[in-house]
Amino acid sequence: MITNAITSASRTADAIIIGGGLHGCSTALQLAMRGMSVIIIEKDYVGRHASGVNAGGVRRLGRDLAEVPLSVESAKMWHDIESLVGDDCGFVASRQIKVAETEEHMVQLQNRVQQVKALGFDHEKMIDQKELREKLPAISDHCVGGLIVEGDGSANPFRTSQAFRRQCESLGVQLKENTVVSRFEKKEGVWHIHTSMGKFESPNLVNCAGAWGGKMAEMLGESVPIDTRAPMLMITSRIPPFIDSVVGVQGRPLSFKQFVNGTVLIGGGHVGKANPDTNETLLKYEGLAINANIAMTLFPQIRHAKIVRSWAGIEGYLPDNIPVISKSNIDGAFHSFGYSAHGFQMSPIAGKILSELIIDGKSELSIDAFSINRFSNDSLKP
Amino acid sequence: MFTKVTSGEVQTITIQFEGETLVVRKGLNVAAALLEAGVKQFRETPVSGQARTPFCMMGVCFDCLLIIDGMHNQQSCMIEVAEGMKIERQLGMATIEFNASAEQGL
Amino acid sequence: MTDTFDLIIIGAGPAGMAAAELAAKHGASILILDEQARPGGQIYRAVEIMANRNRVELGDSYHAGLTLVNAFRDSHVQYIPKASVWQVSQGGEVGYSFDGTAHIVIGKQVIIATGAQERPFPIPGWTLSGVMTMGAAQILLKESELAIEDAVFAGCGPLFYLVIHQYLTAGIPIKAVIDLTPKGNYLKALPHLFSALPALPKIYEGWKWKREIIKSNVPYFSDVSDLKILGEEGVTGISYKQGSTWKTLDASHILLHQGVVPNVNISLAAGCKSSWNEDQACWRINVDDWFQSSVKGVRVTGDGASIGGALAAEQRGRIAAVGALVQLEKITATEGDHLAAPYKAALAAEMRVRPFLDALFKPSDTFRIPQHDNTIVCRCEEVTVGQVRQVVGMGCAGPNQLKSFSRCGMGPCQGRFCGLTVSELISETLKKPVSAVGYYRLRPPVKPLLLQELANLKITKGDSL
Repeated sequence: MITNAITSASRTADAIIIGGGLHGCSTALQLAMRGMSVIIIEKDYVGRHASGVNAGGVRRLGRDLAEVPLSVESAKMWHDIESLVGDDCGFVASRQIKVAETEEHMVQLQNRVQQVKALGFDHEKMIDQKELREKLPAISDHCVGGLIVEGDGSANPFRTSQAFRRQCESLGVQLKENTVVSRFEKKEGVWHIHTSMGKFESPNLVNCAGAWGGKMAEMLGESVPIDTRAPMLMITSRIPPFIDSVVGVQGRPLSFKQFVNGTVLIGGGHVGKANPDTNETLLKYEGLAINANIAMTLFPQIRHAKIVRSWAGIEGYLPDNIPVISKSNIDGAFHSFGYSAHGFQMSPIAGKILSELIIDGKSELSIDAFSINRFSNDSLKP
Repeated sequence: MFTKVTSGEVQTITIQFEGETLVVRKGLNVAAALLEAGVKQFRETPVSGQARTPFCMMGVCFDCLLIIDGMHNQQSCMIEVAEGMKIERQLGMATIEFNASAEQGL
Repeated sequence: MTDTFDLIIIGAGPAGMAAAELAAKHGASILILDEQARPGGQIYRAVEIMANRNRVELGDSYHAGLTLVNAFRDSHVQYIPKASVWQVSQGGEVGYSFDGTAHIVIGKQVIIATGAQERPFPIPGWTLSGVMTMGAAQILLKESELAIEDAVFAGCGPLFYLVIHQYLTAGIPIKAVIDLTPKGNYLKALPHLFSALPALPKIYEGWKWKREIIKSNVPYFSDVSDLKILGEEGVTGISYKQGSTWKTLDASHILLHQGVVPNVNISLAAGCKSSWNEDQACWRINVDDWFQSSVKGVRVTGDGASIGGALAAEQRGRIAAVGALVQLEKITATEGDHLAAPYKAALAAEMRVRPFLDALFKPSDTFRIPQHDNTIVCRCEEVTVGQVRQVVGMGCAGPNQLKSFSRCGMGPCQGRFCGLTVSELISETLKKPVSAVGYYRLRPPVKPLLLQELANLKITKGDSL
């Protein structure tokens, strides 16, 4: 099905990005800022999936050590997000706290602080029980301390997606929504991208397809062991302000945050089922019940809040829980996907890194840990 | 004005609304009982603070939300009055006691 | 308690009760969950209690519901009243809360019979204290034996005339009646009159009610093109526009009604596909002749699928039950055809009047698609027409993006009183068909659930699934 609405002029670009999520838009924006013509191909609409429906955490705290330098740079970009995209994206700076429930947790967190220090960073700091109670008066008495980062925060994911989109469009990036990729071909140095809306051509192909990134990589002959899951979130009706930090827990995959309007978002933890082919997600109530239990354990009084909605996004997880940010083994192809449910904060820096890879051939920050080849058998050989 | 049209035998019970004692007909839902008692405001919206009273009486609109026996966000049109029931207006967001010891919550 | 049932029915109105009673006769194990304290749905609400009281104004068609309620009470089903269903998911999982505890049970077959709710009536002032739906007034009259004196009735539809008739019969003073039936509808309904002829006695009854209103000494206004409810703290009056003139009535109670629409939240959250129906100006659940929805094992029947009225709902409930019995292999397909034949015939007869009623009582665009910028669309989050239009102008393409942009539809009622308005308002603003604009993607829990209830969720699954 080829529509006539798309002119041939808009069928070629310096770079074509597959995936109109936040990473796709961020990459497109950086490329456009450096003068490239860009087309984004999106099978649904911008921010339809994980980019638009995630918990909105802008967090350096507790990142995989390989991600720490990228995350720190990204945080700087978040604090000045308005100058990048012309909108504050609902970004609110706040502290993030990872709560320790036991002395054993405290030891783990102290080790963590040392590891991060060894990399040359000191944003993560320990707090004791007294400080924890000062910062989180509603926290359960059994919690003994925690890890804290000042100056992290949260943003509104859908608004962020839309802000990146608008800024892309203002720089001439073309968005092709409801356009599904069927196959790639490379002829004489040019990628031919066949889609439900006809063929597009570009010397540079960028895979920012999120949970569908594995499928795109496979079409390029680069299989990765990606797993699609549906991280579940739930939100309460409005209750008076009681926490001003984004809260996580050592050893439990939970995030806990209250918006300015009073609603409380409980995310992380057990995941639901995802069907990437139909866009359907299935909530697992056993998992939501466990997440609710953890929330009640940390903040006992929250038990009387009403859950008004729960939902799940479709997200791609890699076995080591860090993304692929990498050149492809094929010239002119690039990957940025599989953020394993923590890609929101990384999106500004990842777009910049991709633009450097594409235009300069290499990035300022090291991305060796995120290579697409790390899962292949060869790389496992000593 | 809300007026009773029943010809049946009426039994009454006593409830508390905003600290005031009300004698209401047994068997009514809380919303109906308060309307009959002349209550003009049930809740205040959390957004603008506008006063609201029951709108649909069938559990759809959530405008009849009250605090009933300490529990917030109760749909008063769906709950029958009971002797000694303590009812308060829900003003703005439902409140949750965070000043009590955290352990009491468990 | 058994955790897996042959059939779980949601809603004990005419459709749910009839389905339960029939399916039980054929040996199916049945759980029926209903939000109200007593069976009957909204139409036969409290019919058991009122049976022994002298409530002639409620009419024969109301009291006739007792027969169905009695048959339902006598059938072998597990009936849980005051149960709030918050989720139906694929695979027959039904989540409900009862007495502060949440449960999940499994139905090999599920019938959703959630009935109707009143259509949103977004006009200036419709959120003020003192404004109610007319359905609410009727529920108060039926169940609580409570009348609202000196109210202004504004609206249209069969129920509109019926409730005024009930008020007049009971001798309850009415301040004024503002009849919003669009004049052009009489002409539009005329072609459907012939096929509606078997229902002539009913149409005549409705016509008599209307005559009765006009002949009574209650002030009666028609040809009204716009309405505004006045007041700051609560209602003080209502202004109506006739021709180019605004006139005002003092009043402290306003009762609004412009027809009923399917209560679709549970069905849509379960993933059932729906379609926009222009004649009824609402979303209807897509079902086949046996009320099977697009979700395997989930049937949606009665007014919850599409508006047909109480008597149609009863037959539709039975037909859905037969469909479920065949799937459960309690009866063969041939037996099912035979068993359902009389119900299908009765349904067809009952539905012949529908196109006439739909055409006659379709509310005017003015009252479905609000035009004043300050009119509240979303009662919960207080999002106005102007805000919706502004967000749409910023590139918001549909109801789901509207939620993310403005919180419209994200309060506790979960879009029940703004969803239709939003679909039509976006459609009008973008000049796109309503079917292309779509509806909110609904998320469980469809009824707010206490966090501690969720945390203590009892998941009791049978072995069979």
